[in-house]
Amino acid sequence: MSRLDVAALREEFPILAAEVHGAPLVYLDNAATTQKPQAVIDRVARYYTEENANVHRAVHALAERATDAYEHARATVARFFNAAHPHEIVFVRGTTEAINLVADSFGGLHVHAGDEVLVSVMEHHSNIVPWQVLCARAGANLRVVSMTDEGELRASDVADALTARTRIVSIAHVSNVLGSVNPVRDIVRLAHERGAAVIVDGAQAAGHLPVDVQALGCDFYAASGHKMFGPTGIGVLYGRAEHLESMPPYQSGGGMVGSVSFEGTSYAPPPYRFEAGTPDVAGAVGLAAAVAFLERIDPAEIEAHEADLCAHAAAALGTVRGLRLVGTAPRRIGVLSFVLEGVHPHDVATMLDRIGVAIRAGHHCCQPLMDRLALPGTARASIAFYNTREEIDTFVAALAGVREFFA
Amino acid sequence: VSRELEDLYRDVILDHHKRPRNFRVIGSAQTAEGRNPLCGDRLTVYLQVEDARVTDASFQGYGCAIATASASLMTEAVRGKTIAEVDALAARFHGMVVAAHDAPLPALGELAALGGVRRFPARVKCASLPWRALLAIVSAGGGLVSTE
Repeated sequence: MSRLDVAALREEFPILAAEVHGAPLVYLDNAATTQKPQAVIDRVARYYTEENANVHRAVHALAERATDAYEHARATVARFFNAAHPHEIVFVRGTTEAINLVADSFGGLHVHAGDEVLVSVMEHHSNIVPWQVLCARAGANLRVVSMTDEGELRASDVADALTARTRIVSIAHVSNVLGSVNPVRDIVRLAHERGAAVIVDGAQAAGHLPVDVQALGCDFYAASGHKMFGPTGIGVLYGRAEHLESMPPYQSGGGMVGSVSFEGTSYAPPPYRFEAGTPDVAGAVGLAAAVAFLERIDPAEIEAHEADLCAHAAAALGTVRGLRLVGTAPRRIGVLSFVLEGVHPHDVATMLDRIGVAIRAGHHCCQPLMDRLALPGTARASIAFYNTREEIDTFVAALAGVREFFA
Repeated sequence: VSRELEDLYRDVILDHHKRPRNFRVIGSAQTAEGRNPLCGDRLTVYLQVEDARVTDASFQGYGCAIATASASLMTEAVRGKTIAEVDALAARFHGMVVAAHDAPLPALGELAALGGVRRFPARVKCASLPWRALLAIVSAGGGLVSTE
């Protein structure tokens, strides 16, 4: 057992005290979105109550407060991911927009006819489709590196898939279906040896394990605020300064310019060059509150607690007759996909919902991975640090009943 | 198991899920495929029509208990009916599954077993999937329909 005071932490998440269909909520859909602590909810409310104005525009007092709060949020997020400088943090809507930004701007600059972009078979659609669009536009080729049957992405397989034409490698830090923790540091080293840049989809990692972009050595790192206990609609793109400085704008308009005339326009330096229009100031401020909340907790304790829950859940699920875990890579964290013999994942999810247990069923935006696994979909329980062994036991006990019901 | 769950997964539904009727290919029939891309479900419906009357109906594919039972019950219900009657039946079935939680169930024979779906809005498209494929055959001669 870990040293995390889970009971005290749960008190800070008001929704965790909710009842669903007359039963206490057991929230095991954290890979879809995490719940928000009161500190985040209060921070967003306080922003609108006391600080709301547009940023980087006016000289009045509220505008200064809003701008301070927004830039303070950027510095807080930069510290959390250990970026070398706050200006390496671009606020976006989420991981999807971050990857689209890199594909469009950085990809447009560096990927040409005959070049290659490399992704893995376990990627989320948001780390596949933007690269397909780029490749179609550039006349480049999207290549796919596979995984083992257990769901392990091996660095050696990435090494084999890299060629002299590989310009970009875009890989999930943690799989949202299998929970596999991918060997990002090794992949970065191998890709850089071949002159390729690496984008890391960190949507499933941030908030679950420590993320140090400098230690990883990656060129870009993308994350979603709502999957790390912050608000929806705000996300983070980390990009190394040298890249961001060389990249053209993604969207254009107000806020991203140096000077504008009908003869020509110069662009603002990063990160503002990539933040056209009024940004989601409240979202950024709320995300900073989520980061401040996370920074109160030792990330090693979060990792240890989630590892304990994951091991406990995997062992308990192993006792359910007809259940098969999908994703058994040696290194993985709190995502447990499974199939139950004779029962469709959606029927599992509906049955569990009626006793208050929230899980997800379907392809989890990973249709190519489902094809690789030869499955139409899976049921998926995904944990966060506020989950308990008792919740896992409630969930697993219910599963045995589900199978009997449909048998 | 709660009363609502028992109302959704009635014995008739569980039976048609475990032992789907008309789960076969009709080589000479018109076909359409219904897909629910969010859950990976794919059902192909086969419809044999002679003189504007359904002489045989069947299905193949993969779906949840609700979709499978709905397809099974549908193929039983439409056999022998005219196309006009099939259209009317589809409309009444649709009305039943999207009705208010406490609305009285229409007289739809065995199809009324799917009435519990109206209390599970997220599952309505499971029940509707085979019917949408069927209507694609009736109205357009076949093709591919998707819930999304």
